[in-house]
Amino acid sequence: MLSGTPFHSRTAPLCQGHNWRRWAGYVVASSYGLTHDHEYQAIRSSAALIDVSPLYKYAIRGSDAERLLDRVLTRDVSRCNVGRVMYGPWCDETGKVIDDGTLQRLGDETFRLTSGEPNLRWLCESAQGLRATVEDDSDTIAALALQGPLARHVLGNACDSDLMDLDYFRLTFARIGGVPVTISRTGYTGDLGYEIWLEASAADTVWDTLVAAGRPFGLTPAGILALDVARIEAGLLLINVDYIPANRALIESRKSSPFELGLDWTVRLEKSHFIGRDALLAEWQRGPEWKLKGLELDWGSLERVYGEFGLPPQLPGVAWRTSVPVYVQGQQVGYATSGTWSPTLKKYIALAHLRTAHADTGTRVEMEVTAEHQRKRVSARVVEKPFFEPERKRA
Amino acid sequence: MSDAYDTVVIGAGHNGLVTAAYLARAGQRVLMLEGRAHAGGALSTEETFEGFKFDLGAHRLSRLHPPVVDDLKLASHGLDLLPCDPCVFAPSPDGGGLTLWRDPRRSAEAIRRFSTSDAARWPDFTDTVTLAGAFLESIYARPPIDFLDEGGPGALTIVGTALRLRRLGRRGMMQLLRMLPMTVTELMDDWFETDLLRGALGALGVTGMSQGPMAAGTAFAFLHQHASPEPAVRETLRVRGGMGALAATLRAAAEAHGVEIRTGAWVERVLVEDGRAAGIVLVDGEEIRAGRIVSNADPRRTFLDLIDPICLEPGFLRSVRNIRFRGVCARVNLALEELPRFKGAPGGDGHLRGSITISPDLEYLERAFDDAKYGRLSRRPYLEASIPSLADPTLAPPGKHVMSILVQYAPYELSDGVWDEAMRDELGDRTVATLAEYAPNVPGAVLHRQVLTPPDIESEFGLTGGDIYHGQMTLDQVYFMRPIPGWARYQTPIAGLYLCGAGTHPGGGVTGIPGYHAAGTILSDTD
Ligand SMILES: Cc1cc2nc3c(=O)[nH]c(=O)nc-3n(C[C@H](O)[C@H](O)[C@H](O)COP(=O)(O)OP(=O)(O)OC[C@H]3O[C@@H](n4cnc5c(N)ncnc54)[C@H](O)[C@@H]3O)c2cc1C
Repeated sequence: MLSGTPFHSRTAPLCQGHNWRRWAGYVVASSYGLTHDHEYQAIRSSAALIDVSPLYKYAIRGSDAERLLDRVLTRDVSRCNVGRVMYGPWCDETGKVIDDGTLQRLGDETFRLTSGEPNLRWLCESAQGLRATVEDDSDTIAALALQGPLARHVLGNACDSDLMDLDYFRLTFARIGGVPVTISRTGYTGDLGYEIWLEASAADTVWDTLVAAGRPFGLTPAGILALDVARIEAGLLLINVDYIPANRALIESRKSSPFELGLDWTVRLEKSHFIGRDALLAEWQRGPEWKLKGLELDWGSLERVYGEFGLPPQLPGVAWRTSVPVYVQGQQVGYATSGTWSPTLKKYIALAHLRTAHADTGTRVEMEVTAEHQRKRVSARVVEKPFFEPERKRA
Repeated sequence: MSDAYDTVVIGAGHNGLVTAAYLARAGQRVLMLEGRAHAGGALSTEETFEGFKFDLGAHRLSRLHPPVVDDLKLASHGLDLLPCDPCVFAPSPDGGGLTLWRDPRRSAEAIRRFSTSDAARWPDFTDTVTLAGAFLESIYARPPIDFLDEGGPGALTIVGTALRLRRLGRRGMMQLLRMLPMTVTELMDDWFETDLLRGALGALGVTGMSQGPMAAGTAFAFLHQHASPEPAVRETLRVRGGMGALAATLRAAAEAHGVEIRTGAWVERVLVEDGRAAGIVLVDGEEIRAGRIVSNADPRRTFLDLIDPICLEPGFLRSVRNIRFRGVCARVNLALEELPRFKGAPGGDGHLRGSITISPDLEYLERAFDDAKYGRLSRRPYLEASIPSLADPTLAPPGKHVMSILVQYAPYELSDGVWDEAMRDELGDRTVATLAEYAPNVPGAVLHRQVLTPPDIESEFGLTGGDIYHGQMTLDQVYFMRPIPGWARYQTPIAGLYLCGAGTHPGGGVTGIPGYHAAGTILSDTD
């Protein structure tokens, strides 16, 4: 049966619309209110509290823990010092992405890795012969994302230590309401924000303390719908939506390499060994066939398409996650995998896989939209991700 | 390259020696590093007790690959083979026994005392086994086709193999394809009714195998032991001076070509740099660099113990971990005051000069395996014995004899208990007691007894799991699937690292073929 997260006793009474969704065997709120607009606005203008406990979390320990992770991830884990967090994908032997997540170095020989899908088997298999253990902490560690321009104020009010100095992608240990927690300056919104990691048994205390501390700052619990809009604005990938994990793809063409997902910067080919290296080196030499880029839909074109039916442009207030064809001069050159109206940018944006020849920034393409039951094409421009990147994210 | 050696060979088993000799013959500077005190691996003769010399590992030769014998001029380095006639004596529990000879007509005569129809079939059986054996030999004489390797040998080799199969004729082809996956029991059902004959032949289908004669593929294992164009069933070949003398011959041949051999040198690690083999490190920390490393250690040991797992893909390592290593053999060596006297045996010692097989019928074998299946030592084990001192008196003091016995089944992992002193004694006792049922004078004739349990064999020879073949010779672990599918051509995922031992095609036994093919592959890679 699906279960509630460790925060269920707190989130359930707030979930007015009973708008729940499934996530990794748990139910979480899609939105607490009847619509998610207010929750989204909290992410971008005050602070939002998001229950992200269903993330898969693995504790990797041992004298070879660093080597294990350096073998699995495409990043150079030897550069992940204690207190640092790294984002990165990991690949199968053929260099296709299995999953992606953040890696926290909690100690010399202790790491926590998050992922979108279960990875225990892969990690354990990769650990064979190494002095490293892998433990699945998914159920015992709860996680909250505190995101938004006022997140630092909320946290400062809730926690025993000063977080002014906690840099982007760094972590620290602190107490909230007396409960020991790990706080990482990370998130899935592209905004100023933190993620808080704690023992599931202490979930209520931490939630209550944060909610109380956040009251003066307009802290708002936010659901997954709001998060989804924010993550597209931030150009962040969603597994099973923007890419299919290599170990679940039914056919070869559904798999993606890190290069094809625009994660070139995470691939450290100069490392002499990591899983998929040979294949990635070869791909890098010949150049990837696909690129994941941003699309910005052209407002005038949208007006014309809907105008034909006497309608104003119909905009996706809720992010969509389907595969939508993208064309150049009538030829399909790719497909978009998620899109949304960005309330902050006032633009219709999407993430799209494009054949490399048509993936240069500035290229004019057309994306399919359905207007009044008819398939139409709206012109769009290829842009760099992220769409939205406020200075406060890193500041 | 500034390295002192072009190639370092890890392990000086007979296959390693063959590879090293060929490489040196082609002009390479070759260093061999052997952990044991002697070269030869499982070819090892030692004076365990004063005046008594025993084979600790292999005690008879399958068939040395003729090109190896010629190319390395083994005759000039002292190769002295002793063909045995008779091939095998299979005593019956009721007294008497069956003797098979090199000459099929003579064997047929011997069989006739048990069954005229079996005797009538013997020549045909010999022909069939010879046909199949010759075909296998032709397959063994070439590196395997690798169906998974797209850049591999290509259509020509496949066509060549198909042609050799066609040459057997329709009937022969059908017979062969039918035989390979059969149980050796079914193969015997096809031909013979005499229990003693069925047991003595069937035993060869399970030697070294963690299988009984009713397991699929044991007919192949039987044929593997006959991979030769010679028309002899259960042929037995020994080496004057013991198998260690063959090791010495191979060593001399290798050294004559300039191979440098260091014994007492255990390799701890293969150095890998940028996906390439770069050298080795010995257990004492000494580092020796070379751009090419050849491992005579079995594939498990090579990939799981000698190489940093980081350097190999998890899927590859998973396949290596899943190679079946199942030690089921023990070695019992007896120093004898006098020759065994088998009940009702013919006079003289003529019948004792080949193999002596205690496997009176196929059910006996299957029951012996039943015990092992549940992790127990066979109550009544199958014994494969020989008394090499008969033909080679140098092995024992005058008038005395050495008897070496391969005992099966002694499972590497016991379901209850471990291989301690008590178990080792138990194994020795059961072996002697079993022999005594056939030759009652044996217990009284034993002067000394040496027992090597499967863990002893593992630690003595570095054979993982005590598996004498470097991985079981089952149909799923031979040819292009040896050691694992996709890597059957002596190369490894690490550039410059090769395998040359019995864990590669065509597998276990004293043939030198794996080593020969490995050398061929390496030399064609360096062209
Ligand atoms: C008890 C027994 C009875 C047998 N009976 C017969 C028989 O009668 N007839 C027959 O045909 N076959 C028989 N066999 C099988 C046959 O002996 C083997 O299949 C064959 O000898 C294997 O040869 P090899 O050269 O491939 O490997 P091995 O002979 O196993 O040689 C490998 C060598 O590598 C060395 N080595 C391993 N790791 C290292 C390291 N890290 N550093 C340095 N050195 C290392 C080992 O010490 C060993 O010397 C028997 C085997 C055993 C054990």
